[in-house]
Amino acid sequence: MTLSTTNSDAPTPEYQATAKKLGLSHMWVGFVAFAAAIPMGLYQVAERSNLFASLESREVYYASVTTHGVLMAYVLSTFFIMGFGYFAALHSLKQNVWSPLFSWAGFVIALVGTVMAAVPLLLGQASVMYTFYPPEMAVTPFYLGAALLFIGSWFWCVDMIVGMMQWRRANPGMAVPLVMFGTTINALLWLWTSMGATLEVLLQILPMQFGWVDTIDPGLARTFFSWTLHAIVYFWLFPAYIAMYAIMPRESGGKLFSDELARVAFVMLFIFSVPIGFHHLYMDPQQAAGWKLLHMFGTFMVAVPTFITGFTILATLEISGRLRGGKGLFGWIAKIRWNNPMTLAAMLSMLMLTAGGFGGVINASYSMNALIHNTQWITGHFHLIFGGTSVIMYFAVAYWAWPRITGRRLASTRMALWQLWLWFWGMLLTTLPWHVLGLLGQPRRVDTLPYGEELNALWNPHEVVMFSGAVMLTVSAVLFIIVLVRSHFSERLPEVPEVVFATAIHQPLRVPHLLNSLAFWNWAMLVYMLASYGYPLLQFAFIGTPQSIPFGFGE
Amino acid sequence: MAFHIDKLEKRWIFMVAGFVLMAWGIQIYYAVQGWHPPSNVEVIDSAQLHLATGVGGDEFSEQNIGVKRDADGQLIVTMVAARYGFYPQEIELPQGEAFKIRIASFDVLHGIYVPLTNLNLMLVPGYVSEATTMLNNLGDYPMLCHEFCGMGHAYMFGNVKIVPQDEFKL
Repeated sequence: MTLSTTNSDAPTPEYQATAKKLGLSHMWVGFVAFAAAIPMGLYQVAERSNLFASLESREVYYASVTTHGVLMAYVLSTFFIMGFGYFAALHSLKQNVWSPLFSWAGFVIALVGTVMAAVPLLLGQASVMYTFYPPEMAVTPFYLGAALLFIGSWFWCVDMIVGMMQWRRANPGMAVPLVMFGTTINALLWLWTSMGATLEVLLQILPMQFGWVDTIDPGLARTFFSWTLHAIVYFWLFPAYIAMYAIMPRESGGKLFSDELARVAFVMLFIFSVPIGFHHLYMDPQQAAGWKLLHMFGTFMVAVPTFITGFTILATLEISGRLRGGKGLFGWIAKIRWNNPMTLAAMLSMLMLTAGGFGGVINASYSMNALIHNTQWITGHFHLIFGGTSVIMYFAVAYWAWPRITGRRLASTRMALWQLWLWFWGMLLTTLPWHVLGLLGQPRRVDTLPYGEELNALWNPHEVVMFSGAVMLTVSAVLFIIVLVRSHFSERLPEVPEVVFATAIHQPLRVPHLLNSLAFWNWAMLVYMLASYGYPLLQFAFIGTPQSIPFGFGE
Repeated sequence: MAFHIDKLEKRWIFMVAGFVLMAWGIQIYYAVQGWHPPSNVEVIDSAQLHLATGVGGDEFSEQNIGVKRDADGQLIVTMVAARYGFYPQEIELPQGEAFKIRIASFDVLHGIYVPLTNLNLMLVPGYVSEATTMLNNLGDYPMLCHEFCGMGHAYMFGNVKIVPQDEFKL
């Protein structure tokens, strides 16, 4: 991939070369993890369905579930977000990273951590699910690898924050580009988010692994993990929203409806992310009802930035449809650039977000949560929100970025569009039956279904549908990798397309300070976190829980 | 520096605020009626459930588990979850009568869930899980573990039989 073969005589600015290399390396690591995790997903669907008796193996199943979860939720997400972040940040600010060595150090640390965790995962020595709840223990390299992946990603966070600060100093009073504001707030969000699981690993798991302590409090561990477990979803979702706000409007041939309100949505998504994790603990005995109720209030607040985003994106699509000649109340829908991968993906992503959001209302509900907690409904929910809403935008970002990185034509736009449609229908056919199965009482994370013929008779028709959905997802994933690989060898473009981000109808040169700086929101997060996690964590110092000894998972 | 906000956006935000207030209202309404998730924050020595000397006493020892009525006549179900089963493995309960379930894990993280009902608890070692509910439909239901607890996880389930009130005997 030579990067400097444009027809232009001007040398490529340094930041562009760095953006391409950092962007491409990170995103490829993410997509390789994705490609490795996809066949595991197909296998798991087949194994647990009871439709293929010859596949049954609990050891392979649980190793596969854990690996699939770690690769998709930690590796694909983190590496994609870092790659897209570098690419977007450097181009929007038109400045280089402050130290390429520092950035590459982060990449190498995260990559080493990934490999270190992947080996025991694939050997079946770490089949503890990607949530790794104690007192069941995996082998030490699994935790060290996960920690290195986190530490590597913090280098990226520092790069984003430093970049934004440098730019603001050089451009006093000017509005930070929207794409950069979103990316940096996501970097700050990830620093806050990753702290919960990091504290769990540093204070509880590693001391036990190294033999410094003999026992552990699983209630404390679950409380720490809930701190990470919800906000991580917004970390995954952020780049999808950023692409919708900052790339899709141009790609669809229109303009962004509002720049300021996008910033408001970003800020709210940040504030109401970390301090609300207790809806993952509603059914837990170690936290009191009042704290759960408090977290419920914050959990529902995510409706505000989500609906703002839905409004702005649909309004943006309507503008583009009308600019292209769409008339009447619904006529603009037909005129949207359905043949543009980014535009199509944004539309499909919004539809999946709507379906997933409805399910999320049940999960967030203080008492209704009991109907679906740890059932297959939950698996359906987060596959719609992450695998659907977020990842389909990762695909679209890749289709948009690849020609701008390689200087070559996207190998096949037609195949890309097929791939996105297949992913959408495959995801619906997989996850809607999962929601139904959850309501019909099927638990998640089981390798087989031995609970009696009556329940199996209820469940089996939905298992068949979900299997067909999983096959479509697999075909779609294969198409995605084919398009990306072929795009490294396709016809060279006469000129590398410019990286230009969308502008709003009323593009602001300046915005209120609170929508241009993160300091205030960082303090607000600290106060909100102390209020919502302070006592619930402190209580473990004096309620006197008898601690647990470690257990393996293979007995 | 002006903050530009469209009239349509303003209307939309009012609608969203209305949705959030409605959602909160529904939650508060049911919470006030006593619909709380299980949250008793009660510690116990999971490794010594069978001994009277451990933290929490011998409530969960072998001779004390099962279905009983307390002094007020309320049905109490006392159970232990341990790899890979629930003890007692079979219980019988009367249709439509409220009961309180108290259950503790003997080893790792477990869960208990009766499909098609709201009996759904996490079982965290070191803590007692407690909920009050009732089961309304006659027949046999699995009580299954819904949190990964090891290689035998999928086979960890017991049975609850719901019988008409007049057939229920202790």
